[in-house]
Amino acid sequence: MVKTGKGILMQGNEACAEGAIACGMRFFAGYPITPSTEIAELCALRLPQEGGVFIQMEDELSSMAAVVGASLAGAKAMTATSGPGFSLKQENIGFACMAEVPCVVVNVQRVGPSTGMPTSPAQGDVMQVRWGTHGDHPMIALCPWSVQETYNIVIRCFNIAETLRTPVILLMDEIVGHLREKVVLPDPSTLTIVSRRKPQKSSLPYLPYKPVYGDVPAIADYGDGFRFHVTGLSHDYTGFPTNDANVAAEEIKRLHRKVQAARNEITFVHKYRLEDAEIAVFAYGGVARSAMEAVMRAREQGIRAGLFRPITIWPFPEEEVRQSLGALKAVVVAELNLGQMRLEVERCLGKGIEVIGLNRVGGQIITPDDILETLRGVK
Amino acid sequence: MRMEFRLAGSGGQGVILAGVILAEAAVSYEGLNAVQSQSYGPESRGGASKCEVIISDGEIYFPKVISPDVMLIMNQSSWNKYIHDLKKGGIVVADSTLVKELTPVDGHVFPFEITGSAIHEFGRPVVANIIGLGCLAGVTGVISKEAVRKAIMKRVPKGTEELNERALELGYQMGIRKTLEFTGRGESNGGEDFEPIRDRSKASV
Repeated sequence: MVKTGKGILMQGNEACAEGAIACGMRFFAGYPITPSTEIAELCALRLPQEGGVFIQMEDELSSMAAVVGASLAGAKAMTATSGPGFSLKQENIGFACMAEVPCVVVNVQRVGPSTGMPTSPAQGDVMQVRWGTHGDHPMIALCPWSVQETYNIVIRCFNIAETLRTPVILLMDEIVGHLREKVVLPDPSTLTIVSRRKPQKSSLPYLPYKPVYGDVPAIADYGDGFRFHVTGLSHDYTGFPTNDANVAAEEIKRLHRKVQAARNEITFVHKYRLEDAEIAVFAYGGVARSAMEAVMRAREQGIRAGLFRPITIWPFPEEEVRQSLGALKAVVVAELNLGQMRLEVERCLGKGIEVIGLNRVGGQIITPDDILETLRGVK
Repeated sequence: MRMEFRLAGSGGQGVILAGVILAEAAVSYEGLNAVQSQSYGPESRGGASKCEVIISDGEIYFPKVISPDVMLIMNQSSWNKYIHDLKKGGIVVADSTLVKELTPVDGHVFPFEITGSAIHEFGRPVVANIIGLGCLAGVTGVISKEAVRKAIMKRVPKGTEELNERALELGYQMGIRKTLEFTGRGESNGGEDFEPIRDRSKASV
């Protein structure tokens, strides 16, 4: 057990595993990969202590499949990987979206494409998180900037996954995953922990995919006594495949609606000194730490700068971006890729505001000096 | 108070563990904030290994070190690669067993036979990282020996606690002795204006 209530030194990847275990994650299947390996390593040690199950699978495809299966059997289930493994998990992530299987998938980003640079940081997977699996699907992804936040956020990821019956991506990066810093873990009894809602025993004949709570169905856990069918094919309320265009269309729209309706509960952003700002930095994950320091130093030099840090990156916090950044002179989007989130910011802000990309690839990080220099260059 | 450290050597020398112990000592036993980050190659031994620690009594956002106040350099290639990043007037603890060529530095250089002592005293080069950490604690005084000792107990593999405790003690005494030489008589390659970061007049030699 880890100590609570007192400052301890913990690594981002450890916080991910411990936070998940604290909120009831009892099944982990994975195929270790740098820079996410410590998550699997710690789960292998800790889950048996908590009466849970750890399986090292033969590859990433099967580990995602095992997570889907374990969740259908009632476990809070998680897997963790990095870019190359995240690519391989996409097929079954799509299956989890379609079959409405709650689970958390952690991607600790490293440099890509392909196997890229295993030990070096990047943020090149933000669009893959959104669109990595095929078809029109909603996606929820949260992106922490510190070890403490990783612990807190992985719990939120599980709460969202369980409430909405959908996969949730915890999108980390090497900077945060490998960072060790001081954390104070909350007493587990103070945590808000949400679990999926079950069908009423009286509601026979059982229709597993009939929406019951808003647009969210109450799917039984296997073993609870209900007999039902799960498929990645478009299906009706019984869970069996359908070729009915109207039923299929309604199902796809409902998957989006259930996420859209929960927008306020799943959107988290961190704003710093934006009230009187003229320019802002938009940054997320490990890079936001550089941005925070740059903004603080810019303020000391009399530059009216602020920070906008999306914690929820998908669904993209459109309203918050428009509201907070819509009246500024310029927004610097700093990210360890060639401008993936900049496109989203530009889309939301329109033509009136200058959006400046500060981009880096190849494993070097963006420093506070780099951001400060860009802020000073804004005319 | 804010101190930035860089520990560098070759993969397998244990510089990352040494940095983790330094950060652990600060957070768990000195009540300070600390962040520890690392960069290393895909190899498990050989290749360059670098560990950075920032210790502060305030918030730490940017977790990397650009110009370290203090460095522990465990081999020649790390010396050549990083020595010019040292903050003006900063402190370098170097393993003179493996760093043979100490090029001029605008700061205070403390060479110690770290790996040599590990082999000579313990027959185990593997404890060089802990001896080096002891030297660092002795020279800088930024973290107490007791805090480092407790952190070592928490972080080293089971069964090696006593060995590592002795390695710390040796390194710490080496560090203290050399610092007193330097500051007491001005006879030093550490420089005449060298001042320990924390008053250690009560330290036991």
